[in-house]
Amino acid sequence: MTTQNVPVPAVATPGAPTRRRVRRGRWTGWGFVGPFMAVFTLVFLAPIAYSIYLSLFRKQLVGGNAFVGLDNYQRAFTDPQFWESVGRVGAFLVVQVPIMLGLALLVALAIDSGRLYGKSFFRISIFLPYAVPAVVAALMWGFMYGTRFGLVGNINEIFGISLPNPLSPDLVLISIGNIVTWSFVGYNMLIFYSSLRTIPTSLYEAAELDGANQWQVIRSIKIPAIRGGLVIATIFSIIGSFQLFNEPSILQSLAPNAITTYFTPNLYAYSLSFSGQQYNYSATIAIIMGLITMVIAYVVQLRGMRKEA
Amino acid sequence: MTTTTAPAPARAGRGAPRLRTRKKYSSDKPRRSALLTVVTAVVGLYSLIPLAWLFINATKTQSDLFDSFGLWFSGDFALFTNIADTLTYDDGIFVRWLGNTLLYVVVGAGGATLLAVLGGYGLAKFSFPGKKAIFAIVIGAVAVPGTALAVPTFLMFSQMGLTNTPWAVIIPSLISPFGLYLMWTFAADAIPTELMEAARMDGANEARTFAQICLPLLAPGIVTVLLFTMVATWNNYFLPLIMLKNPDWYPLTLGLNAWNAQAATAGGQAIFNLVLTGALLTIIPLIIAFLLLQRYWQSGLAAGSVKE
Repeated sequence: MTTQNVPVPAVATPGAPTRRRVRRGRWTGWGFVGPFMAVFTLVFLAPIAYSIYLSLFRKQLVGGNAFVGLDNYQRAFTDPQFWESVGRVGAFLVVQVPIMLGLALLVALAIDSGRLYGKSFFRISIFLPYAVPAVVAALMWGFMYGTRFGLVGNINEIFGISLPNPLSPDLVLISIGNIVTWSFVGYNMLIFYSSLRTIPTSLYEAAELDGANQWQVIRSIKIPAIRGGLVIATIFSIIGSFQLFNEPSILQSLAPNAITTYFTPNLYAYSLSFSGQQYNYSATIAIIMGLITMVIAYVVQLRGMRKEA
Repeated sequence: MTTTTAPAPARAGRGAPRLRTRKKYSSDKPRRSALLTVVTAVVGLYSLIPLAWLFINATKTQSDLFDSFGLWFSGDFALFTNIADTLTYDDGIFVRWLGNTLLYVVVGAGGATLLAVLGGYGLAKFSFPGKKAIFAIVIGAVAVPGTALAVPTFLMFSQMGLTNTPWAVIIPSLISPFGLYLMWTFAADAIPTELMEAARMDGANEARTFAQICLPLLAPGIVTVLLFTMVATWNNYFLPLIMLKNPDWYPLTLGLNAWNAQAATAGGQAIFNLVLTGALLTIIPLIIAFLLLQRYWQSGLAAGSVKE
């Protein structure tokens, strides 16, 4: 970043302008960054500080909030419902994220190869679901999943078979994974595709001269070149998986038996505070999830960068 | 950053030889592959079929919805009656929700874009005390699950008397760490520092240098950030869900879910046809925005992804 500032002093005339620039340069940046940081403090830093404060207290029947130290954390570490929900999003993460990113990478490579008929049609149509709100996506798929009047019901009727109910307790997590995949394949595909477009063609020419085939070009040029995009997409997907809330929350009315109030950590934190009024414990859950997410995102970033070096 | 690696090959190959070889390369390539097209088409169908399903079923009446095949038209073509019913049901509450959503998008996403553009420009083009700390804090904040902040934010806002007002939805939407990051990388590339120096030597102050010289250069990045913050606010569900109790302030997403839940409650009127038509009306503006502005956001995304 700072390299771009180096040539400037040579261009500027010596004397007064230089002095002015130095003085101005000290704090003017804050004039531009200040507004963002002010709102950021109000809606990010203050709530984080407040939830740490909340997590150290417990509401008593008599006498209001009492300081309890790390009791809430202790409770969370031995809370089977909490760990069940963490395990569920963990399983979701391990299965859904690779499928989604793999599919996105496949499509991005296919479009980038220039060997498709109608590539801009595919690019835009695969991206379109991203513009669909999670609420609408969940409602829509929820209808289609219906075994009586949905698309699954139609298929059962036509072929005279009986597909398992996608909203049954065994399958509902897979059904949610399908909704999330549908929504975000195109978004990730575009991130990969726009990274692929930045690879200088001279690299491909060199590979061609060396007689490399398409797979070798993909493996040795394209994938390494977009590693940054892959790492970013993976981190965003991990954060998204741990935050899973909208889809299960909306499908809950269609599948009340399959989706419990502690189906995902976020749903659990939500039910704790808005149905159970347990704000302190809910804040504790939120902090633990935030920490788990940050650690995993950090590890992914380190791994991604190390391979690059 | 990786800035040093990316421009080098491009500069080495600049000039006539590069142009010629690139042309040869691209005219060699288009050996179209039917197999690859079919594979991609499967993913394309997967993406489009649910949207087609939504459109087809928005043309059906409530009773046709339940006894006709989902992927084809059936019965009366009721799209226009459905739209009219959606807009007038319950004294036109849908229109009210649409208005609320527009308010949240214009003020929330517009404000978020403004803050991100100013902040990204400041980070990219000035060095000032505390800059490194800002970078670390903002990048760290991206990893904090946004929804994890919801409960404390709700409690804070309720003490400030902001819950159940539009401000409770608008203020948290004003911050887009991703937007700031994108603008920062974009501004670092798009604005030559020499140009800013020249403007200053001509006597322009900082505000004028920014507004007249730099802002036009940032346009593709601004459109990208605007589109992504628009999607985020238009699709916002969790935040309004906890902040708003009064249906008069609901955005479309919350309203549609309320209509859908209405059928599940005892004695509630089932209005699935209106839910589907409302869902269709909800996604159309965004799809149009993306289609019209695709040139801008695609180049903006490209700039953002080169540089991490």
